[in-house]
Amino acid sequence: MSSDQNKPRQSIYDSTAPSTDTRDSRIGEGADDRFNSKLREAFGSTPFILTKFDKFMNWVRGSSMFMLQFGIACCSIEMMHTYAIKHDLDRFGAGVPRASPRQADVIIVPGTIVSKFGPRMKRVYDQMPEPKFVVGMGSCTISGGPFQEGYNVVKGAEEIVPVDIHVPGCPPRPEALVYGIAKLQERVANGESSPVVVKPYELEEFGDLPRDELVQKLADQIDEDDLVMRYNWSDSP
Amino acid sequence: MSTGLEPRRQVGVDVETTEEELEELIGDRALARDDHKNAPGFVIRPDEVQDVLFDLRDEAGFDHLSCLTAQEYADRYESIYHLKKYADPTQEVSIVVPTTSDEPTSQSAEPVFRTADWHEREAFDLVGIDYEGHPDPRRILLPETWQGHPLSLDYNQTKPQVVSLTEHANPIQPDQKGAESDTMFLNIGPHHPATHGVLHIKTVLDGETVADVEPDVGYLHRCEEQMCQSGTYRHQIMPYPDRWDYVSAGLLNEWAYARVAEDLADLEVPEYAQVIRTMGAELCRIASHMLALATFALDVYGDFTAIFQYGMRDREIVQDILEDLTGQRLMFNYFRLGGVAWDLPEPREEFFEKIRDLLDELPAKVAEYDDLLTGNEIFQVRCVDTGILEPEVAKQYGCTGPVARGSGIDYDLRRDDPYGYYENLEWDVVTEDGCDNYSRVLVRMQEVEQSAKIIEQCVDLLEDWPEDDREIQSNVPRTLKPEADTETYRAVEGAKGELGIYIRADGTDKPGRFKIRSPCFHNLSALPEMSEGEYIPDLIASLGSLDIVLGEVDR
Repeated sequence: MSSDQNKPRQSIYDSTAPSTDTRDSRIGEGADDRFNSKLREAFGSTPFILTKFDKFMNWVRGSSMFMLQFGIACCSIEMMHTYAIKHDLDRFGAGVPRASPRQADVIIVPGTIVSKFGPRMKRVYDQMPEPKFVVGMGSCTISGGPFQEGYNVVKGAEEIVPVDIHVPGCPPRPEALVYGIAKLQERVANGESSPVVVKPYELEEFGDLPRDELVQKLADQIDEDDLVMRYNWSDSP
Repeated sequence: MSTGLEPRRQVGVDVETTEEELEELIGDRALARDDHKNAPGFVIRPDEVQDVLFDLRDEAGFDHLSCLTAQEYADRYESIYHLKKYADPTQEVSIVVPTTSDEPTSQSAEPVFRTADWHEREAFDLVGIDYEGHPDPRRILLPETWQGHPLSLDYNQTKPQVVSLTEHANPIQPDQKGAESDTMFLNIGPHHPATHGVLHIKTVLDGETVADVEPDVGYLHRCEEQMCQSGTYRHQIMPYPDRWDYVSAGLLNEWAYARVAEDLADLEVPEYAQVIRTMGAELCRIASHMLALATFALDVYGDFTAIFQYGMRDREIVQDILEDLTGQRLMFNYFRLGGVAWDLPEPREEFFEKIRDLLDELPAKVAEYDDLLTGNEIFQVRCVDTGILEPEVAKQYGCTGPVARGSGIDYDLRRDDPYGYYENLEWDVVTEDGCDNYSRVLVRMQEVEQSAKIIEQCVDLLEDWPEDDREIQSNVPRTLKPEADTETYRAVEGAKGELGIYIRADGTDKPGRFKIRSPCFHNLSALPEMSEGEYIPDLIASLGSLDIVLGEVDR
């Protein structure tokens, strides 16, 4: 269908000169070519990205999530299988388990939380830099699962940390976890899981905020006796 | 290395001890008889525990304190010491020690068996019996600020207890830093990539040498015993064993419950079901040992890309087969009392084909692991002669499974206390005499091959099994109500060692007391013996070679 007269000048379609010339003149030579990234190449001669900064950041966050290497119970075995070959979570840009919470964006909570471990998990969560996201894996993180009636079992991860995505199952199959994480990425990219959310339990930190209607409403929802963790925010790292 | 714990005399170890001899040995110290279904039981006074246990250990050769069960009755507390012989685990005796409700104090058995240390701490923690002369009477599973003893009768199990971080002892508080000495306190866990879960190890270092190690467990104490005590025998308990040792060892754990309940209620299991059970259990053992190998490589090398992924690859294959068989990847819930839930999947040929493929490829894979891992010089430098666990020490701590067999203790319940179809099959118990981390890895790798051998024979049997004789479950009453005060303790060879269960029936359709004897709990308690005086990387290697699962340690 293409005829010669519809084609642009040969100097344009046959050569990369028009874009590279502009780019080179913009970037310059020598020490500064550290900006000469793949991204730049993709943008070509256009020096501008026409998007909202927030939107761009959300896309970046959703596309490269560092997970915390964090195993609690049975679900962590399936979580390992999700990271490992066959299921390979890395295909979705979310498969780098980091051993330190300081380097992680996402914490998957894989298992039953008991009274002795709850505060420790809270501390690990606190050590993660903002923005951070939580995937609750398995029934135990939803309600305590099969151990709900146990004297020592915390009835769901939501009592301790805010959970963005719940993946049900006992344990969930790796496919289910992949789906949950893909959903989280989607939400992050769409800005639905906003990076900083004030959860009711965090209100103590903002105790000196002016008590407007919203703050008051949230504060009223807290039943102090029901808080599993009475957390000491001033000493927290 | 002398521990001062060696038996004073080695008399009559291999000789069978009859009930009359036991009666004679215990003599007047026996207040009464309280026989269990598995063993003769003797009731003794709470201040004669050490006396009797020393005699049983040294005179009669009962050198294995398999389990300690504590429970509360309406009118008394009771500790039961389940003793066995490493030489012959079918020789059992139960020592029952009642104490009054007002003052539940009993003499500690710790000087006789080191493993009683953790056991008595657990009994104090959950039931509330005090042990006089115990070197370290603290809680072990629950936080130290916990109020009450959850398995005692007057405890309200529905009332949650708030335990804040500030109420926990802070392991790195200033007074631990040791301004006077030149040792350093190092806190490992409970969230740490090398601890295989939520284990907390308090370590004191002298330079790079480990001066003191204290494993702190209980970060995954999920009240398994309470859960099992509130479920009915027939169907409600079986899902829980899957979650004790959750490293794909589900069927092995289910067998522990199936065996004890079938023993308690005198249920028959059809031969066909026994063969299926044996095959499934050995598949689980392969999956479990593969993970042990994979994570051990991760601990020792930090090798996430090769051996770890290879191990996972092989586990996926096994899990696929188990999924075909049971319908689940990890939490199988496949055994039923008196048999299994359903027959092999149709078409059977395809299923057998899958297993045969696995078995055919296994030797090449094992050779690959040998190349990558056990034949590797760096690996050998890390593992040979580190984490030494002498056989006598291992026995003192009640170690079983690959850990004991890596120390040269020839002890495998599949052979010594046969169940299922094992006694009709050709296979060997693997032992290594190295007593070090390397031996334990070797034992696991060879056990994979032995399991493959067992599976192959099971597949042969199943292929030729006549079609009209495929009975998968015997006739079991809808509601099981074993007679009140029937007590039994039975163990099977799990992936990590001797997994035992004690059940006391109280005449209802739920157990009156359900106590789990976890192999990992015992193996982990030997960690200080293995790592003190060695370098800190050897501590991590030792921990990896113990292959603990915290779900089973804490229950």
